[in-house]
Formats: sequence, C-alpha cells, structure tokens
Amino acid sequence: MSIVEKCAVIGVGETKYERGSSKSSTQLQLEASLAAIRDAGLEPRDIDGLIPIGITGATAEELVVNFGIPDLRYSALIPHGGASGIGAIQAAVAAVASGVCNNVLVSCGRNVTSGAKAGARIHTMPQFRYVTEFELDSGAIAPVQLYAPMARLHMEKYGTKSEQFGEIAITMRKHASLNQNAIMKKPMSLSDHQASRMISDPFRLFDCSLESDGGAAFIISSAERAADAPHAPVTIMGVGMGHPDSPGSITQRPVLTRVGVAKAAPRVFEMAGVKHADIDVAEIYDCFTYVVLCQIEDLGFCAKGEGGSFVENGRLSLSGELPTNTHGGLLSQGHMLGINHIVELVRQLRHEGGAAQVANAEVGLVTGYGDMGDGGVAIMRRG
Amino acid sequence: MAQQSETSIVDIDAPYWEGAARGVLVLQQCEDCGQIRHYPRLMCSNCHSLRVGHVEATGRGRVVSWTISHHAFSPKFAEEVPYALVTVELDEGVRILGRAETDFELEVDRQVRVEFRQHEQEKPTLWCIAEDQKGEEN
Repeated sequence: MSIVEKCAVIGVGETKYERGSSKSSTQLQLEASLAAIRDAGLEPRDIDGLIPIGITGATAEELVVNFGIPDLRYSALIPHGGASGIGAIQAAVAAVASGVCNNVLVSCGRNVTSGAKAGARIHTMPQFRYVTEFELDSGAIAPVQLYAPMARLHMEKYGTKSEQFGEIAITMRKHASLNQNAIMKKPMSLSDHQASRMISDPFRLFDCSLESDGGAAFIISSAERAADAPHAPVTIMGVGMGHPDSPGSITQRPVLTRVGVAKAAPRVFEMAGVKHADIDVAEIYDCFTYVVLCQIEDLGFCAKGEGGSFVENGRLSLSGELPTNTHGGLLSQGHMLGINHIVELVRQLRHEGGAAQVANAEVGLVTGYGDMGDGGVAIMRRG
Repeated sequence: MAQQSETSIVDIDAPYWEGAARGVLVLQQCEDCGQIRHYPRLMCSNCHSLRVGHVEATGRGRVVSWTISHHAFSPKFAEEVPYALVTVELDEGVRILGRAETDFELEVDRQVRVEFRQHEQEKPTLWCIAEDQKGEEN
C-alpha cells in the first residue's frame, strides 16, 4: 500500500511566540491545538489520533481529558527531537491511509524561558547516554558544543566561511521582520553577525536559534476529507526519515559532515515524483545556521562542500532561487521544534503567507533535524 | 525468609572507568571477531557476539575536528573558558572527545596522544597532547 497523496494537512494553529510566557507548556499546547482543530473545521471530539511532540508539553492522556476526546484510536511518540514533527507526519499518514484513524492532531507546547532550559535537559535523555557518560565531564554540555565540530570540519575541508553562516542568519532575520508572530525582528547585518559573541567556535550567538515559549499544531486527515475542509488542502506527496551513522554519538560518526536527512531525501523525492527544481519554497530546520547549509547539501540542492557558496547572493531570500524559512525559522521567529516550519509550509501553499508569501508557490519542502542528526523530509503540494 | 539475590547487572562502562582511574584508556574488543569498539556497548555490531574483552589503547591518534567553547554552560566551567574540545581518532579506529591546552595548535590530522587527567574527586577526563610535546606527568 502506498501512502503517496493519501493524506493532507487540513488545519494549522499557533500561539504567540515569546519569551517569558506566564503560561505553562501544556496550556500553550492546548491553545495551539484548539486553533488547529478550528482551522480544520473540526470539533475536538473528531480527533482520534494524537502525536504529542517534545518532552516538555502534554501527554496524549492530558490532551484527551482536556478536549474530552471520546475515542482515541491511535497515539504515538516520536523520540527524535526536532525531527519528530516530520516523523509524526510519517506516522500519521501511515495510520490514516491504512484506516487506523481519521484525524491526527500533532502538537507541541514549550515554556523553556520561565521553565527549565532545554540545553540542560538533554543529559537526562536516553539518546544522549554516551554524551552524558563520556563527554559531559570534559565540558561538552550543550548541543551547540556537540554540533560545532561538524561545522568546523566542513570549514576546514571545504573552505566554508563564518560569513556564509551569516548569510543564512541575515536571511532568516529578514523573513522574520515580515512576520507578525516572530520574536526577533531587529534588522541584522553581516557585520552584526560577525560581531556577535562567540559561543562555541565556529558558532557565534547569531548562528544559534532562540529559546522561546509557545505552542504549534497541525492536523492530518485523508485527502478525501480534506476536500471538505474550509481551507485549500495541502497534500502530502512524500515523507520519510533518515538517521545518521552513529546516531547516539557525533564523536564516533565516521563522516562528520553528513546528517540523517541525506538518507531520507532520495526516498522522499522519489516518492513525491518531483525534482529539486520543482521546489518553490523550503522550510529547513535551523537550530544552527550550519545545520541549514549541511541539509541543503544532503537534500541534494548542491554537492557536498558547495553549501557555502550556494547560500550566497540571496539564494534563500523570498525572491531567490530557493526561498527558505519564510517565517524566520528557529533562528528568528521562534523555536517550536520545527512544528512552526510545518505550519509555515502549509500557509505558503495555501497562499496565506502574508508579506512573506512566495509568489505562485505550488510545491514545497520541509525538513526536521533532531538530537544528534536524525532527519526528516516532507514534500507537499497545494491542492 | 527468601535470600536476597547477589546478582547485579553488569555495568558495561565499568572497565573504562577502572582503566581511567589508573590512567589507562581501556577499549572494548569483541572476543569472537576481534573488532574494537567505543563507546562501550553490549553487542558487537560486526558479528553480534555478546562476548566482550578489553584492550589498552596505545593512546595515539589524529585530530578529526574541534570546537573552542567561549560560553560556560555550567558554573563549573566558568573559570575554564575558552577551552578546546577535540575529536580524536585513535590508531585503533575509534574516537574520543578530549580537552586540549590553549596553546595546542588545532589542525586536521595533527598527530596526538591522549592521556587522562583527574582533579580531586572529579571523574578523569582525556586530554590531547601533540606528539612533540611533553605530557603532564612525563
């Protein structure tokens, strides 16, 4: 059985993204979820599949009691950090296409500025066991320190420059300035990027994404049901996950400059039956600037090592060849584990992108990147 | 009265830490196919044997990559920033993440040797020394 074009995203919802929210992660998740349910033209009782994302928000049980869901037929947990949203699309599409359930709500809620910091939590997570046991005491504490050697080797091997990371940061900021629901809108120049303080070389402050509070959600249903929904349906053409070699330890990874999405991308492009040139808009997971550059290569938009020059000359801007992170991304809109990337792709393909709308966007791509390089890709189309 | 079991689950990390306490880098080696592996795990990914032995590493290797941390993510490291974290591929084919002194010249493929250092009650950590430099204890 094929899952190609069997399902669509019929509803999306977000809360305000901010820092210092007084609302709990569960409340933020409930608010975003309800917005997505209403956007889909459904009632909470219509939800019969639940995939909560992340480790800070509500459980399926919590969502059931708050929404009064009478008959939950399917639930799943996807334990791959920022790749979990794409993993949830994969799971939801398989469940709906096979008739297990009808309407799957995927949602996250985060309060990491008033609540516990995300970086400090990773050492309690089983997938970070090797880091916790063998690297933490040397001073490898936060994800930025674990990922930096990947970027450093890319620079040493291919001549990639910090200024090229800066191009990515500036472009995301420019897009955020067009978005009412973005946290960081102050214009950023290349010299601002270069002057930002070094966190873990080669990553400067402006190479890092934001810690932010909020909730985001989307709903997946069958393509037939989508035809009756209030908004233009956004059909899922292909979706897949890929995991890097040595997924539990970057240190032990034979090729440091390749991440999981490299394995997923060929499968997903084939499933969707589209070519790279067909992608009108891309929402690429951007926990760090380099992670965008590496994924662009691993997705096949350019050869390995050419990502630095690829991102130059405004190629990722709204009028460029590959408009990327039209909402401002994790770097400048807010960090919603990439659920905000999925929401934004749906908006773009509905032509509801506002000031950041890519003209005539018909086909788009969204990625996820989690923990130590788990990857996911989904390709969607309008209609 | 039922006797309490004296069985305890084998700690696969213990040989590494016992070695580290004596300043020796201990690696797992499959007792069936001979493959050396790190970080410690239960099964040999090559032949799926659960029989594991241990070898002492030569401590020699080459620099793969690095980062220099300027931000202290815990108070413990506030006095130490900036500090280098270096990914080293050992001659045995497995890798370690170690610290390096600030005057260590970081360069891909630079030959190094690694040694354990321990401060007071803290866990021993690995440090990289350039092959042409003297170690702390030598």
